[in-house]
Amino acid sequence: MQRLAPYLQVAPLTLILGVFLVVPVTMIVLVSFWSYDEFDIYPDLILDNYQWILTSPVTWSLYLKTLYYALVTWAITLLIGFTISWYLVFHVKNLIWQIGLFLLCTVPFWTSNVIRMISWIPFLGREGIFNQALMGAGLTGEPLEFLLFSDFAVILAYVHLFTLFMIVPIFNSMARIDPTLIEAAVDGGARPWQVVFEVVLPLCKTGIALGSIFVIALVMGDFVVVRTMSGGQSATVASAMMNEIALLQYPTAAAGATILLVVVTLMVAAILRVVDVRRELAG
Amino acid sequence: MRTASGRRPLSFWLLTAFFVLFVLFLYGPMTAIYILSFQGPTGGLTFPMRGVSLHWFDALFGQQRTGDFAGSLERAILLALVSMAVTLVVSVAAGLAFRQRFKGASAIFYIAIASLVMPGLFVGLGISLVFQVMGVTPRWWLSGLGAHLTWTLPFGLLIMFAVFNRFNRAYEEAAIDLGATRWKTLTAVVLPILAPGLIAVGLFGFTLSYDELARSKLTVGAKNTLPLEIEAMTTSVTTPSLFALGTVTTAVSFLIIGLALGAIVMIQKRRTRRAGEA
Repeated sequence: MQRLAPYLQVAPLTLILGVFLVVPVTMIVLVSFWSYDEFDIYPDLILDNYQWILTSPVTWSLYLKTLYYALVTWAITLLIGFTISWYLVFHVKNLIWQIGLFLLCTVPFWTSNVIRMISWIPFLGREGIFNQALMGAGLTGEPLEFLLFSDFAVILAYVHLFTLFMIVPIFNSMARIDPTLIEAAVDGGARPWQVVFEVVLPLCKTGIALGSIFVIALVMGDFVVVRTMSGGQSATVASAMMNEIALLQYPTAAAGATILLVVVTLMVAAILRVVDVRRELAG
Repeated sequence: MRTASGRRPLSFWLLTAFFVLFVLFLYGPMTAIYILSFQGPTGGLTFPMRGVSLHWFDALFGQQRTGDFAGSLERAILLALVSMAVTLVVSVAAGLAFRQRFKGASAIFYIAIASLVMPGLFVGLGISLVFQVMGVTPRWWLSGLGAHLTWTLPFGLLIMFAVFNRFNRAYEEAAIDLGATRWKTLTAVVLPILAPGLIAVGLFGFTLSYDELARSKLTVGAKNTLPLEIEAMTTSVTTPSLFALGTVTTAVSFLIIGLALGAIVMIQKRRTRRAGEA
């Protein structure tokens, strides 16, 4: 009985993830080979859906745009995440303060992303708070147009929404660094930038890898932010997929999803090749 | 990092300034829409405020101009409560399992991690395809719940890993040595000790489900939950009632966060006090 216990205990988790994750993802791959008409989808084994996507020039520009968003967002969130973690770990010595400020950075995670995203609209618009402030200060004569409904707005929203996915894992691995290591480096004559790049950075690479996986997967899979914040002017792979779904072209959408899944998996695998994160996750 | 004289270095002040700016960046826009939602009836989407009133909150509950607001809020909260309960029970059970070695442990672990990283749109699309092929109508309490669990359970599991890592098994062994059954040991010794961690699992279970949009999009069926209602409003509504909606939904989130963190702090305080008395 005692030997059966772990299997019984893990059964509900396995069942739920099996039914609502493994089977559905397998289904996406299967349906990507199916055919369809205006009314329904039919089991089949065709490559038309893939052919259509891979030969369409739109696909390549969608991927280019998506990768551009992902890379820029990744670089900015990494920079902010690293700096904020550095401050919390090495400059805030009081534990209560450290936990308090860390929570301050993470509380938005438990609130609505959609609301946090749309809260930029009154800020960035033509008549928005930011433009009013700029013109009030006499810095610009007329409102800046590029602030809202642009790549700038999309990336700003991504950074706003996803930076905490970088902060939490980097903070976690940085907090485990023995401070005496840094003292030793300084005593040994290391310059400040050497401490950053040659001591601390390598020691929190698991945190950086985890954060990077999150941010890249979130941006690559996003279809809400890009539509709202670009005002419908930009599209990414995922948002284009939503349009196909709206047109009930499920097999095409499924083929698109399968390709995107492969791309994201390759990116994650590339990160995992550089850094082994398993030990970090399993504690 | 202080210099020998005890003065803080310049880098401290620069980084403090950076941190303050980041917090303003995080909370500034949110705060602006909460303030704007209390405008008078003639108010627009931006500053300056035109009067102060509860007009836009009235509009939410009153006329049907904003769709089925009350229904979608109710469904979002119900779904979040169910997600929270399921996440708690399933994560605790799985956490217990992972303390031992068993076959398939690492496969299940990797599936959970994949579930965490998988873009929500895929999960939603996959579930909606399965339901379509099987001829079952997607419903928020079935396909919607399943979709949300793929997001809340991995967090629950990872928190349970962290919690069990710090758990001192001596308490458990003592209970069993003293003749307690396995079940009694779990409910009377292990779970009370783990209470703060369990509250954290519940917090993730509720809030992540309550705010989830990507996984809900294709799985909730005909009846919307709140995040979908809000998303629909962003394109059609150009009045501050949108902001009022933001204020209401965030108030619910903050209430839950406050309750959870407050409870954790209270438990920890009581423990330090008791430890001091002993």
